[in-house]
Amino acid sequence: MSYQKFFNPEESYSRSEIEALQLERLQATVKHCMDSPFYKERFRKAGLSPSDIRSLDDLKKIPFTTKQDLRDTYPFGMAAVPLDKCVRLHSSSGTTGNPTVILHTQKDLEEWANAVARCLWMVGCRPEDVFQNTSGYGMFTGGLGFQYGAERVGMLTVPAAAGNTLRQLKFFTDFGTTVVHAIPSYAARIYEVMCERGIDPRRDTKLRTLVIGAEPHSEDTRKRIENMLGVKAYNSFGMSEMCGPGVAFECPEQNGMHIWEDYYIVEIVNPDTLEPVPDGEVGELVLTTLKREAMPLLRYRTRDLTRILPGECPCGRHHIRLDRMKGRSDDMIILKGVNIFPIQIETILMQFQELASDYLITLETVDGNDGMTVDVEMKDLFIDDYGKLQALTREITRQLRDEILITPRVRLVPKNTLPKSEGKAVRVVDTRKKY
Amino acid sequence: MTVHQLSVFIENKSGALVRVLRILKQEKIQLIASTIADTADFGICRIICSQPEKAYNVLKEAGVSVSLCEVFAVELDDRPGMAADAIEIFAREGISIAYLYSFLLNGKGVLIFRTDNAEKAAEVIASNGLNVFEEKDLSRLL
Repeated sequence: MSYQKFFNPEESYSRSEIEALQLERLQATVKHCMDSPFYKERFRKAGLSPSDIRSLDDLKKIPFTTKQDLRDTYPFGMAAVPLDKCVRLHSSSGTTGNPTVILHTQKDLEEWANAVARCLWMVGCRPEDVFQNTSGYGMFTGGLGFQYGAERVGMLTVPAAAGNTLRQLKFFTDFGTTVVHAIPSYAARIYEVMCERGIDPRRDTKLRTLVIGAEPHSEDTRKRIENMLGVKAYNSFGMSEMCGPGVAFECPEQNGMHIWEDYYIVEIVNPDTLEPVPDGEVGELVLTTLKREAMPLLRYRTRDLTRILPGECPCGRHHIRLDRMKGRSDDMIILKGVNIFPIQIETILMQFQELASDYLITLETVDGNDGMTVDVEMKDLFIDDYGKLQALTREITRQLRDEILITPRVRLVPKNTLPKSEGKAVRVVDTRKKY
Repeated sequence: MTVHQLSVFIENKSGALVRVLRILKQEKIQLIASTIADTADFGICRIICSQPEKAYNVLKEAGVSVSLCEVFAVELDDRPGMAADAIEIFAREGISIAYLYSFLLNGKGVLIFRTDNAEKAAEVIASNGLNVFEEKDLSRLL
């Protein structure tokens, strides 16, 4: 069957068409933001009114929005529509500090599905494909986000959700899965189990396309996954504050992720000065939503570090391309697609009176799998009993898992054995293969 | 009725044990017996030594995770079967042993152990006429 190249007409807009649409939508968004108690107050304090936004350049007059703003207004203080117009929320994990909430109207969900569908269509997903999603569903946006996007494309969807690799493999072979969404470390795990079971992905499955994202990974990791599974693997970028997946996605050129500028205005700023960085330089990604109803966000500091790739993309799309994420401008850890702040771990550890105050979080790749080890110092007064020490280790592990949704390896270490640098403790060591 | 034992919490990492032993060497503290059980991530080194209180203080000052506790040290004749007889007495009285190690010292067998019920163990030792080492006995034997 032959299909059109672009999923939406906006996808092929020229720069001037994109920018004209952006200005129109920015002005509408700013006006709509006045229905949000948070933004109304913020504009009042800044002495700004929606009519001050006359050009895209005027965006700079608007103060930044931060994750702390989302926490401070938890749960519904940012809403720009009455709650009865909202049909879903997604919330961050964790119970320490305030989590964040993102609200969606029915139209928001439709736009989100459209953006994800556009991404999938771009890399060749078509209605005859079978799409299997190995993301956790529920609050994790990689589940429902890809589900609705894949349905919008018209693919047969297999909402397998996370884990149970043998069952995933059975679905591959029984249902003829052609497209899989998986975090990179899970793609490696799938291959491992295939090898154990004598399954040759090229011979025994119809896998063709892998969507990998939500976890920082290197070009080498992508190549390895492609070679292992005999597929093309495309990098996906999203975050729950911007709905989830569908924000930026690689095209068949596999050279940078097109960010959909009819949905977002992109700025890259120096995280210290908050001034724009010159084109092509790495800085913090700042996004303004252009079509969101329930919870528009103006100049949201994502804390992700990246750069805009210069030049035109041979694929014919003029939406700018983001380079792979280069890290974070805060201390957030992204492990297996889960966002974790060290303070969450610290808060749990400090509840144990047996433990001293120093700890070290190590992120490492072992056999292609990313994992976390938490070393924590014991207090001076310690227990001369292996059974009790092991029970203590298990209890710490359980409580950490409940908080961060990932099971770390917990090691009790003697006091004064963890590294300190210039009096300030090193809390996180990341040796994963990425970027 | 008991002797002092040092329990040192050490990482399963090369150099960790040496560090502890070197501190004791500097203070001219002599080991009488020691044992380490292994787990993947950490070990507890249990030490019977001369001047245990001094040893405890110097290790603590050096920032080592250490505790000082009381363990029983039952004296046995150096003949086959003596340990079996002694432990049978405790088993009969329903006293469970948390850990145990043994060694020979000047022609005598010594069973070091810790129980979950020290009070009852002391009664059993007394009523069965078992010989136990006191702290001063150990030092004298060195």
